[in-house]
Amino acid sequence: MSLLSVRDLSVKFAMRDNTVTALNQISFDLAKGERLGIVGESGAGKSITGFALMNLLSRPGFIDSGKIMFLGDDIVQMPEAKMRNIRGNKMAMIFQDPMVTLNPVLTIGQQMVETLMAHRKLSKAEAEQIAIVKLREVYIPSPEDRLEQYPHELSGGMRQRIVIAIALLLDPQLIIADEPTTALDVTIQADIMELLLELCQSNKVGLILITHDLGVVSQMTERTLVMYAGRIIEAGRTREIINDPQHPYTQGLINALPQQTKPGQRLKQIPGSMPSLTAIPKGCPFSPRCEFVKDRCHTEAPETVQYANVEVACHEVNRLHTDKAEEIKA
Amino acid sequence: MTTPQPLLEIRNLEKRFELDRGFLETLKFRGGKFVREKRAVHAVNNISLQVAPGEALCVVGESGCGKSTVARLIAGLLNPSAGEIHYDGQRIDNRSRRTLMPLRKKMQMIFQNPYASLNPRMTIQQALEEPVRYHNPSLSRGELRDKVAEVMRAVGVDPSWSSRYPHEFSGGQRQRIAIARALTVDPEFIIADEPISALDVSIQAQVLNLMLEAKDQRGLTYLFITHDLSVVQHFGTKVAVLYLGSVCELSDTATLFENPKHPYTRALLSAVPQLKDDHPNHIRLRGEIPTPINMPKGCPFESRCAHANSRCSAEQPRPIQQPDGSLVACHAVEEERLDG
Repeated sequence: MSLLSVRDLSVKFAMRDNTVTALNQISFDLAKGERLGIVGESGAGKSITGFALMNLLSRPGFIDSGKIMFLGDDIVQMPEAKMRNIRGNKMAMIFQDPMVTLNPVLTIGQQMVETLMAHRKLSKAEAEQIAIVKLREVYIPSPEDRLEQYPHELSGGMRQRIVIAIALLLDPQLIIADEPTTALDVTIQADIMELLLELCQSNKVGLILITHDLGVVSQMTERTLVMYAGRIIEAGRTREIINDPQHPYTQGLINALPQQTKPGQRLKQIPGSMPSLTAIPKGCPFSPRCEFVKDRCHTEAPETVQYANVEVACHEVNRLHTDKAEEIKA
Repeated sequence: MTTPQPLLEIRNLEKRFELDRGFLETLKFRGGKFVREKRAVHAVNNISLQVAPGEALCVVGESGCGKSTVARLIAGLLNPSAGEIHYDGQRIDNRSRRTLMPLRKKMQMIFQNPYASLNPRMTIQQALEEPVRYHNPSLSRGELRDKVAEVMRAVGVDPSWSSRYPHEFSGGQRQRIAIARALTVDPEFIIADEPISALDVSIQAQVLNLMLEAKDQRGLTYLFITHDLSVVQHFGTKVAVLYLGSVCELSDTATLFENPKHPYTRALLSAVPQLKDDHPNHIRLRGEIPTPINMPKGCPFESRCAHANSRCSAEQPRPIQQPDGSLVACHAVEEERLDG
């Protein structure tokens, strides 16, 4: 049985005169202990997806239609009281900036004990013991002393470890990490990623990793969703998507990386930029930036089709392939 | 290697920011009596660099290593605590604003956040016109307009949009306009402080291409501050790796990526998430960056280095020229303890 199953999920934002669509009928599954990456640029709908899964969307955003089945229950229909029990307990979230996640006026110990006692019948001393064990799991040196410290006394990398320790406190089955290392330096990022990977593997925790960094996705996840303008435009095994992307946007995104071009030469850029939610182009949302665009791309939204081991939403996916075949022949 | 006359030369540059400013703040109670003590953040410690005309020197390092301070010192936005900065044979540090004026025309800066570096209440025309008018007061209105239209076209923004305000543009377009603003006065040297870090991947490529184009067409020299090593490899001709305010390795880009020598450079390179590498093999660093307030006596990297010994904690390593031309400040490299 899959841990999470999202079907035709649409999220809209109510504006003064109309509503805009932030997520357009996205569907995906996550098996127990599976690691899934969601990539895309700002405005693609990655973070909205994360919030929707936690049922944390606040006005003017709302879930318009669709189902989010988590361990057999539909989160969309769930009463808030029951949802509170799932949040933190079964499903936890890690955000980009640990300084915003942690409460600056409470000690690390207070924040951890509070979470534990809210969900489980424990004495304070028992809760502290669990907190110390969890801090040790994320390699925090001298965890007993850390319980007494405030977030500002710790470095950025240390804070993010503590956020991870708090996320793991109640042994959740799913962690949603929204750009967990974007605010950190590369050496610290490598450390945190290694830690997250290790914890997910050893505890069989499912991971949804939301990021703009294809390198991170490539090292961390088994499957990847590529999002553009609120839709999933390509989905499949991470290796397949990195090595042989089918959608022109995914191809463009990978080719635009400086590693893909010889030093000093012109990078292969994608023209234009991500459309704003109020002005998503008709038909295929990527059509104004696409080099393979045809007439029907402007009028007809592409269906998701299975192609070369990945699911891709593009009218011209066949043409791309024949072109490539010709290139190889020539 | 024959080095041409450097366009920019930094000698033994230092910058300290004092933490305790008032008299009362400097009083500390130690061992039963009051002592006067001034703490300072040692942001830049004894850095020497040279940039030859046409080069693109990249300065890399993690947050707090002093990259941006170096940029600001060179641009004359901060005054150094010690050391000298020479531009085209002239000494330029600690100058008055007035005497810096002709220099500002030659040296322009691009900042990280295009939302903050463009005045929201000025149209693009006004924003781009201002520096030209300031530096060339004799130009007529028509000439000004032509100049602005020319740079806008050069950065790929339609000149007919010049009466719009910054908020009407996307992040990528805004950064192009910020670059256009730097180019309006026909500078020869550009200091770019993390110019693409705030942008999306597909937009990063657009802006990086634009900067490369400007380099070729206008013969620009760059000092490029970044934390992103893949950008360095693509853009830079030379790289300086900074750690805690000191240069630990200075070398040609190709040499640095082929054969990194300093333990910190190696760790930094191995930490970059690779696209096609299934089994990342990254060198784990112990601990975190120490604060630049109480600087360690020996090598700044000693507390996190796997190769440190007693000499490293006692004596600060000097940059030593390697056979392939790179400069490396490391006792372990000097003693050949690393690859054995």
